Amino acid sequence: MKTLVLVEHDNSEMKDATLAAVTAAGKLGEVHLLVAGSNCRAVAEQAAKIAGVGKVHIADDSAYENSLAENVAPLVADLMGHHDAFVSPATTTGKNIAPRVAAMLDVMQISDILSVEGEKTFTRPIYAGNAIATVESSDEKLVITVRGTAFDKAEAEGGSAEIEEVSGPGDAGISSFVSSEIAEGGDRPELTSASIIVSGGRALKDGETFEEIIMPLADKLGAGVGASRAAVDAGYVPNDYQVGQTGKIVAPDVYFAIGISGAIQHLAGMKDSKTIIAINKDEDAPIFQVADIGLVADLFKAVPELTEKL
Amino acid sequence: MKILVPVKRVIDYNVKPRVKADGSGVDLANVKMSMNPFDEIAVEEAIRLKEAGKADEIVAVSIGPAKAQETLRTALAMGADRAILIETDDDVEPLGVAKILKAIAEEEKPGIVMLGKQAIDDDSNQTGQMLAALMGRPQGTFANTVEVDGDSVTVKREVDGGLETVKLTMPAIVTTDLRLNEPRYASLPNIMKAKKKPLDTKAPSDYGVDIAPRLKTTNVSEPPVRQAGDKVEDVDALVAKLKSLGVA
Ligand SMILES: Cc1cc2nc3c(=O)[nH]c(=O)nc-3n(C[C@H](O)[C@H](O)[C@H](O)COP(=O)(O)OP(=O)(O)OC[C@H]3O[C@@H](n4cnc5c(N)ncnc54)[C@H](O)[C@@H]3O)c2cc1C
Ligand SMILES: Nc1ncnc2c1ncn2[C@@H]1O[C@H](COP(=O)(O)O)[C@@H](O)[C@H]1O
Repeated sequence: MKTLVLVEHDNSEMKDATLAAVTAAGKLGEVHLLVAGSNCRAVAEQAAKIAGVGKVHIADDSAYENSLAENVAPLVADLMGHHDAFVSPATTTGKNIAPRVAAMLDVMQISDILSVEGEKTFTRPIYAGNAIATVESSDEKLVITVRGTAFDKAEAEGGSAEIEEVSGPGDAGISSFVSSEIAEGGDRPELTSASIIVSGGRALKDGETFEEIIMPLADKLGAGVGASRAAVDAGYVPNDYQVGQTGKIVAPDVYFAIGISGAIQHLAGMKDSKTIIAINKDEDAPIFQVADIGLVADLFKAVPELTEKL
Repeated sequence: MKILVPVKRVIDYNVKPRVKADGSGVDLANVKMSMNPFDEIAVEEAIRLKEAGKADEIVAVSIGPAKAQETLRTALAMGADRAILIETDDDVEPLGVAKILKAIAEEEKPGIVMLGKQAIDDDSNQTGQMLAALMGRPQGTFANTVEVDGDSVTVKREVDGGLETVKLTMPAIVTTDLRLNEPRYASLPNIMKAKKKPLDTKAPSDYGVDIAPRLKTTNVSEPPVRQAGDKVEDVDALVAKLKSLGVA
């Protein structure tokens, strides 16, 4: 089987999420990559070094600069003329583009796969990860998005794939990019690749308090920072901090849940973490049912003390 | 302008789903069912656009069992003007739903189809994008803010790194994210009024589209359960544990 993997990037650098998708695609067969962007040669060169990749397609056109689904999906659909499966990381970019490709090919997408069980058989989470479904596709071509935490990252170095230029229909003329507000991460590790994450919930009161309590601990540990939906809705932190069923899925070595009750929607995003540490003043909070280490305490006392003593 | 709002009847988000022992699915017998929360947000947004004078009619649509009428009545009680139930006891996959919705959109000619970004039962996150592809129209997924201006709609989207704004030529498809709005509760008088609002019932066969499933679910299992660990007495004990784990 020949697979086409969508490379996640910002036109200058490839994103890590690509690597897990490459691993998943490798289980299906030969791996080709697609870098669709504008002035994105550097990304293609980086992608060509990923171990196990057969070929990198580059579509360099201003129409692809901002990954608009209306423009990228027809390009992918064209390339699917000579590929058997389209594989994309289950990032917001992948989730936006892949179903559009699937419908163009008249294929039912398999979202967020956890494993490859056979040529057309996969497992995927449903009901906020409270059930795992094994699904078999009867479609001729496959369209798949890949849960990043479920697959090892492919080696970013070691390959030397050939880079081939391709072109597509370009600008569909029905949508345009206006602006983006992408926060500069600074020195803090990105949430989906951090090995330690400190997350705060509604109990943190407001943005200022979240900053005062959570950030020093995260800084001390070199950790990424996450949040519950309640903390995001209340505006303590931006939307992209949300961990959960409908936010980011993370599985770090160590996950701190601070002032988070442990609703199923939150657990769905973090329960595959290696070690979960919960700090909550309510000893019956559901988060303690999944925590490896629990501390029943007032976080406003416990967290500064912890930061101090580490 | 008309807004079409597809709403799905799903397990209530407060209920913990239980997997059936025979691996055939999730047990929904006697389980509380509700409107998919993202679809409530979609209904609310449509109502706000109508209240702002940007839309003049809201049509709610559901594809599902007879009971999905209740979901449609909820949408009507919130403020939708009329409803269409495409009644079927089969599970229709997002691709099939998108095909039916396309056929309805061809009849209704909405300026915006406003869907939820994700149904909390299948967690597919596909239907809106598929509908947009089938209609050849633009998509504003994961909407945080929606502004209608003349024949275009500007959507601020929640993306992995933060927010992104796109401008779409209408007709357009929008899918809602959590921060778009806080849905209203239907008042008692509005619930009564909703009973008199028109609700049409149709069958998938009325639309002549192929909705045969493409995916076969061969098994549904429980994920590995995590065991609760130990509670520690105080911060010093936590520090000691963290040190033994090699953290800090
Ligand atoms: C469609 C839908 C999608 C959703 N998606 C997500 C998602 O992706 N991610 C997500 O997180 N949620 C999601 N939710 C929301 C979820 O259901 C919960 O409402 C949310 O996770 C609760 O956040 P919380 O734990 O911060 O707040 P609460 O549930 O209010 O918990 C706060 C906790 O803080 C503790 N606390 C209070 N004060 C202190 C103190 N001084 N010291 C220590 N502890 C204290 C309390 O005991 C409590 O346990 C979703 C909901 C819906 C309907
Ligand atoms: N059976 C259905 N009836 C009506 N709307 C649906 C149905 N299935 C999906 N949708 C719409 O599509 C959105 C995304 O669903 P999904 O792609 O299944 O995650 C939902 O939030 C609904 O707006």
